[in-house]
Amino acid sequence: MVSDPIFFEHAIVAPVVLPLLVGAALVPIEGRWPQFASALSVAAVLALLALSVALAAHADSGAVEAYLLGNWRAPFGIALALDRLSALMLVLTALVALGAVLYARGGEESRGAHFHALLQFQLMGLNGAFLTADLFNLFVFFEVLLIASYGLLLHGGGPRRLKAAIHYVAFNLTGSALFLIAVSLLYGLTGTLNMADLAERVTRAPAEDAVLLKTAALLLLVVFSVKAALLPLYFWLPDTYSAAAAPVAALFAIMTKVGVYAIARVYTLVFGEAGGVAAQVAQPWLPWLALGTLALAAQGVLAATRLRVLVAYLVVASAGTLLLALGLGTAGTAAAGLFYLINSTLVAAALFLLIDRIGAARGAAGDALAAAPIDGARGRLGTAYFVLAIAVAGLPPLAGFLGKALLLKAAAASAWPALVWVVVLVSSFALIVALARAGSVVFWQAGETAAHDAPRAPVAQRAALPVLTLLVVAVAAFAGPLADYTQAAARQLYERRTYIEAVLGKRPAAPLWNPREGSVK
Amino acid sequence: MSLLLALGVGVLAGTGIYLLLRARSFDVILGLTLLSYAVNLFIFLMGRVTVGAPPILRKDVPATLAHYADPLPQALVLTAIVISFGMTALLLAIALAARAETGSDHVDGPEGESRENGV
Repeated sequence: MVSDPIFFEHAIVAPVVLPLLVGAALVPIEGRWPQFASALSVAAVLALLALSVALAAHADSGAVEAYLLGNWRAPFGIALALDRLSALMLVLTALVALGAVLYARGGEESRGAHFHALLQFQLMGLNGAFLTADLFNLFVFFEVLLIASYGLLLHGGGPRRLKAAIHYVAFNLTGSALFLIAVSLLYGLTGTLNMADLAERVTRAPAEDAVLLKTAALLLLVVFSVKAALLPLYFWLPDTYSAAAAPVAALFAIMTKVGVYAIARVYTLVFGEAGGVAAQVAQPWLPWLALGTLALAAQGVLAATRLRVLVAYLVVASAGTLLLALGLGTAGTAAAGLFYLINSTLVAAALFLLIDRIGAARGAAGDALAAAPIDGARGRLGTAYFVLAIAVAGLPPLAGFLGKALLLKAAAASAWPALVWVVVLVSSFALIVALARAGSVVFWQAGETAAHDAPRAPVAQRAALPVLTLLVVAVAAFAGPLADYTQAAARQLYERRTYIEAVLGKRPAAPLWNPREGSVK
Repeated sequence: MSLLLALGVGVLAGTGIYLLLRARSFDVILGLTLLSYAVNLFIFLMGRVTVGAPPILRKDVPATLAHYADPLPQALVLTAIVISFGMTALLLAIALAARAETGSDHVDGPEGESRENGV
């Protein structure tokens, strides 16, 4: 099916169109036939997963595929582009979405309206952001995923979520305003918004534009840092992620990665080594801010008094590690970062689901970090916690360890390896201490097994956590091929010529039907 | 005219940011609205200020930007207006719900209010 050229010609846009159509179809039917709607949503996510894997298999050949929306030649129309990095992000999104959508079945989906429609729209925004080769289109997809995330965050209601939502929405709206300023500044200077075209024009930009170009580039860095949760801009994250419902928080685990992806893309393709007067404009900032993020997130993990806050800070810590890998600015560190990204996204999503189950098993105590009785699920939940904690802290034999080891090895060639090693290792140690303490409080100080057993959840909901946990283990089991893939993806990211030529050289397709030929003169 | 428009962007953005930093949800929403006006004007100006030049191609007039207004920023600004309008409506709904649920229009809810009053 994938080798069929006609199918493949349009397969790139399918990860955007499929969730859009399914989401739109779900809006009228979700209230009336909730069972059918949730089955349809799960089926759509499975289809999206199959599609993303097929696209990734195709991208692994090394080719960059471009798709011209509306059949206008780049840079005049909007172009989508698929390379190894985009394909990897698509697969990760689909996997995380699968966990979230399964977990919501029979549970969270019924606590408010339109859960599945919002989830599909969020998937559309995420996939679009990973695929687009146009800066303004990236803004639009950011807004699509944000507005869906506002709805998802509020799903279920309650004063805690409302308060978190006001902060989150106001903060992101300000971020969007900055994004627009940066994008229009770039347009005013270069006359283009297509990232491939922008990359070529920035290289040739005159010296008198240097200050404005750098301003625009750094404004973009601020915007992406808001999404990626980099040091001065991550304070919204623990509040938001700990207030959201469990499947929503699990899905949000991929949202910080959108910011990371955008930084990886823009600061290699446009403002990378060949960025002319604005070359390497993010390099003086990224590593330091990332190290600071990592250090503060480790303290947040240690200081958390609730499991949800602890996991939210783990997300910040993983964002810090990722941005450190990208900020060190070589293909080697970026490859290590991408490998770490696979593990950290899946494990964060799984942890959000796990602590929801722990909360249910502990009854009134919920996710507070204090000794409280836990019901018969203790053994199973404890095992899952053990596996995930090892993966997130970066202990062998799971992939978190491999990711960090690859990063430390690649960082040895950087300007200040000692500092990177110290911060990464000390923060990992803080994570291990915090996770070990939380685990012993929850599972060992529980005393007698409580008499109350939480009502048995539906099959799909119980399946979500094992599925994600097994995926985390699978990342370690298939570490070799995955590391090869991420290394190739990082090399492709820094090569940038292939991407530019693929987007700008793409010819519009011949029309299937030409109105002029059909008409009678 | 450029100076006047630039001053307009500056005043709108400055007022917007001042209101955005206040602690009441109504002020914050007004601030965001003003900020989005400033941004919209800014996007529009990035196509350069032209007078009496329509963005539509005419016969006998060479197709260069010297004779036309740049249509792209106009399209961008339209998208930006629609998005910021929708977002403001959503934020208003959230703020109203928060006011009804917590009985306070402080952005941090009632606890933020008591902290502010030093209680």
